[in-house]
Amino acid sequence: MSVKGRIHSLESFGSVDGPGIRFVVFLQGCPLRCQFCHNPDTWEVHKGTEYEPQQLVDEIIKYKSYMEFSGGGVTFTGGEPLMQAEFILEVCRLLKPYGITVAIDTSGFIWNDYVREVLEYTDIVLLDIKNYDPRVYKKATGVSLSPTLRLLDYLRENGIRTWIRYVLVPGLTDNLESIRGLSAHLDQYPNVEKIELLGFHKMGEFKWKELGLDYQLSDTPEPSKELLAEVKAIFGTNGKTVSANI
Amino acid sequence: MRQEWYGFNSGSWMTDVNVRSFIQHNYTPYEGDDSFLVGPTKRTLELWEQVLELMKEESKKGIIDAETSVPSTITAFGPGYLNKEKEVIVGFQTDKPLKRGIMPNGGIRVVKNALDAYGYTLDKKTEEIYSQNRKTHNDGVFDAYTDAMKKARHTGIITGLPDAYGRGRIIGDYRRVALYGVDFLIEEKIQEKKLLEIPILESPDIRLREEISEQIKALKMLKQMASSYGFDISNPAANSFEATQWTYFAYLGAIKEQDGAAMSLGRVSTFLDIYYERDLKNGTITESEIQELIDQFVMKLRMVRFLRTPSYNDLFSGDPTWVTESIGGMGLDGRTLVTKTSYRVLHTLYNLGPAPEPNLTVLWSVFLPEPFKKFCSKVSIDTSSIQYESDDIMREVWGDDYGIACCVSAMRIGKQMQFFGARANLAKALLYAINGGKDEIYGEQVAPMFAPITGEYLDYDEVMSKFDQTMDWLSELYINTLNVIHYMHDKYNYEQLQMALHDINILRTEACGIAGLSVVADSLSAIKYAKVKVIRNEAGLAVDYEIEGEYPAYGNNDDRVDQIAIEIVERFMNKLRKVKTYRDAKQTLSVLTITSNVVYGKKTGSTPDGRKAGEPFAPGANPMHGRDTKGAIASMMSVAKLPYKHAEDGISYTFSIVPKALGKNKEERIDNLAGLLDGYFHSKGHHINVNVFDRETLLDAMEHPEKYPQLTIRVSGYAVNFIRLNREQQLDVINRTFHER
Repeated sequence: MSVKGRIHSLESFGSVDGPGIRFVVFLQGCPLRCQFCHNPDTWEVHKGTEYEPQQLVDEIIKYKSYMEFSGGGVTFTGGEPLMQAEFILEVCRLLKPYGITVAIDTSGFIWNDYVREVLEYTDIVLLDIKNYDPRVYKKATGVSLSPTLRLLDYLRENGIRTWIRYVLVPGLTDNLESIRGLSAHLDQYPNVEKIELLGFHKMGEFKWKELGLDYQLSDTPEPSKELLAEVKAIFGTNGKTVSANI
Repeated sequence: MRQEWYGFNSGSWMTDVNVRSFIQHNYTPYEGDDSFLVGPTKRTLELWEQVLELMKEESKKGIIDAETSVPSTITAFGPGYLNKEKEVIVGFQTDKPLKRGIMPNGGIRVVKNALDAYGYTLDKKTEEIYSQNRKTHNDGVFDAYTDAMKKARHTGIITGLPDAYGRGRIIGDYRRVALYGVDFLIEEKIQEKKLLEIPILESPDIRLREEISEQIKALKMLKQMASSYGFDISNPAANSFEATQWTYFAYLGAIKEQDGAAMSLGRVSTFLDIYYERDLKNGTITESEIQELIDQFVMKLRMVRFLRTPSYNDLFSGDPTWVTESIGGMGLDGRTLVTKTSYRVLHTLYNLGPAPEPNLTVLWSVFLPEPFKKFCSKVSIDTSSIQYESDDIMREVWGDDYGIACCVSAMRIGKQMQFFGARANLAKALLYAINGGKDEIYGEQVAPMFAPITGEYLDYDEVMSKFDQTMDWLSELYINTLNVIHYMHDKYNYEQLQMALHDINILRTEACGIAGLSVVADSLSAIKYAKVKVIRNEAGLAVDYEIEGEYPAYGNNDDRVDQIAIEIVERFMNKLRKVKTYRDAKQTLSVLTITSNVVYGKKTGSTPDGRKAGEPFAPGANPMHGRDTKGAIASMMSVAKLPYKHAEDGISYTFSIVPKALGKNKEERIDNLAGLLDGYFHSKGHHINVNVFDRETLLDAMEHPEKYPQLTIRVSGYAVNFIRLNREQQLDVINRTFHER
């Protein structure tokens, strides 16, 4: 009997979580408690709908032609998808014969043998680095930074394509010194193809309220264009590719 | 060889009327990008400014002006101009730009009411002639309608019927006038009429002989009309300008004569491109001059107007004319039919700004040149003004010289026409099945009486068997109604000129339609997978439903319900196939509502899917909004499953997405939209409207219409100027599913 997954929701047309058109699987459960999270409804491990691996695969392969025409694939996100690495591994094994490419959108916090095996099937990792300053990281997410950086090393060692994602939250993650530090750090990683700079937005605020959670960023503004441009320039030092919606 | 044909490759087109052969022997496929395109000329811009001023005035007053006495014919009016010095392409429907003509052959009451609504009075003499001396199509139809037909029309189980105005959806092969000149066409008609000198003339032959005579008259009138503008179109067009102007004259003749709901143009871009290429090679024209011809041609097409009643506008909002031009596609030999002029026509959306007309329709194939796919995708993102239809599906059925009439109806140009049949309301039919043939709103017995369903909860098999019975009755009544309408239309309102630009032996389709497919599919799914309790009024009529539990809804790529939708389409189509049609027309079916999904909803009681009485249906083949929860592609995949072979008149799907859900930047958005279209059409989708904008833009346009004079939005098979929709329709558009994740 194979392991079951807990799925928050499925999106048949994902266009912002990896290259091309992507079938996006939102997995339930996350160990982080990011203040700026826009999907807090994915935190709880025991919620969501149960799927057999084959059941999810059947759903994914319906969209194969869209992935092929656009150079897309499937993206596992959440929540923290690697909390259910055993399930994802089984799905990846079943997907293999179809030649569908796999992206994992992760904070890098989880590490175990299943994760290691999942990465063998992974074509691209979207690694969310919430901050480069360990104290700010802890404050913003509730957990520690070091597992994320260790995963980044592992991805380099194994030559796995990586996109870095950074959410710019005014007053929280706009510490420019640490951003310079992160930018310099990333220079040592040839596997990092691109840095995606994402502006903070409050579209998830209503979910916090629905869940009876205390949203601390109600008064935080969205980052200004100037700030986004400044941070984009920092990440772009030494010619790295940075995308930002300015 | 005729001197006008200098430089063209020869083929069977030189001796027979065969525009496709001319195109295939002479066109230049273009696989490059859009970098050759140029902006508008100064006089185009100045002229367009004048047009915009006129349109602004029209928008305030409702209409600019209307004729009140002289019925419109090909030659009823002398030449009309807006600004003679700046107009490169000339000709208006009446003597003044945007002035609306009257066409009482369809029905005098509609003309009178429409004039009244805008504060004009129909000339007494004209009214008298069309009431006492000259019978109209409308009078003929009502002389022959049965009581059952009138009842069905009254309750709205069959609606939108073309029984009081021109039926439209006929495309003349307007290119023939440019390629051959009118004299050649007249000669061909004379020869064909001679072939009908046969020993025993029966009524079909007599009718045809009369029709050919009418066609010849129309061609002669067309020459006369062109000559009033100073052009002799007896002979073929000799250069780029003449080819464009001759083609427009042919189309203009048609819209002077007929006011059909949809007066489509056909497929002219690649045809015209042959002339442009020849003149470019000869060095007698520049890119800028070619673009000027196209811009000005399109400007004229944007100024096509018909006089409509306000109630017509409730059904088809925004004054649409469906001047549909089909662009691109692939040839049967594997070469693309995309030419530089395919680009030039789409480029008018930049040179003149976005607009709903002409109804630009890209015939998409996964084999189209990549740069052209990207260009279309970019135009959609920038203007939301184009629709796409599957060339890969239609080429198989109709060859490579078909055009789209109205929204989604394919027809071989000059070789096929349709008897437009509007649509039957299948959601209402389902309610009749439950209520023993009684109308759920009026309480009247409309279908023949049979036992209503009396149980507290609906049983799937019982409902299906009664629904099947109801569809049997409906399909017979529907086709017979159309037979009456088209018999009378041929008799009293024959399309002389449009049919003159067709072959003698043509395929006629009986183009039926259905509304409410997603309501029916979801209702049956609810009955099958959840529990549906019936709420009845004192008279025992089922008027509302309570759903216990959940059911799979159409629009999530879930076969449990999608198969029901497929089954309904196929079953209804097969019933239509059994009924004999006028002139042996081939029955076809569309899943299309235009904007009338709002009106259909108003006229339909609560349905077992949870939709309340009066609430709008989803447009066309769209899922009900808010029920498609798995994202854009899952939604379009449900639609793509509907079988074209049982819906050959087209399956319409409208897709709206906010820009940021398409990708992070313009480049990604263009790539993703092109990939989306490839995926959809590869999955056998037939049609898709693409809208790309933020909901906030629409809300702002409702509050400040003056800021958005050219905001264009695709609705069912056409586009409208958003600010010309009524408030209810605007809200319906805004409330529909916008894919935003």
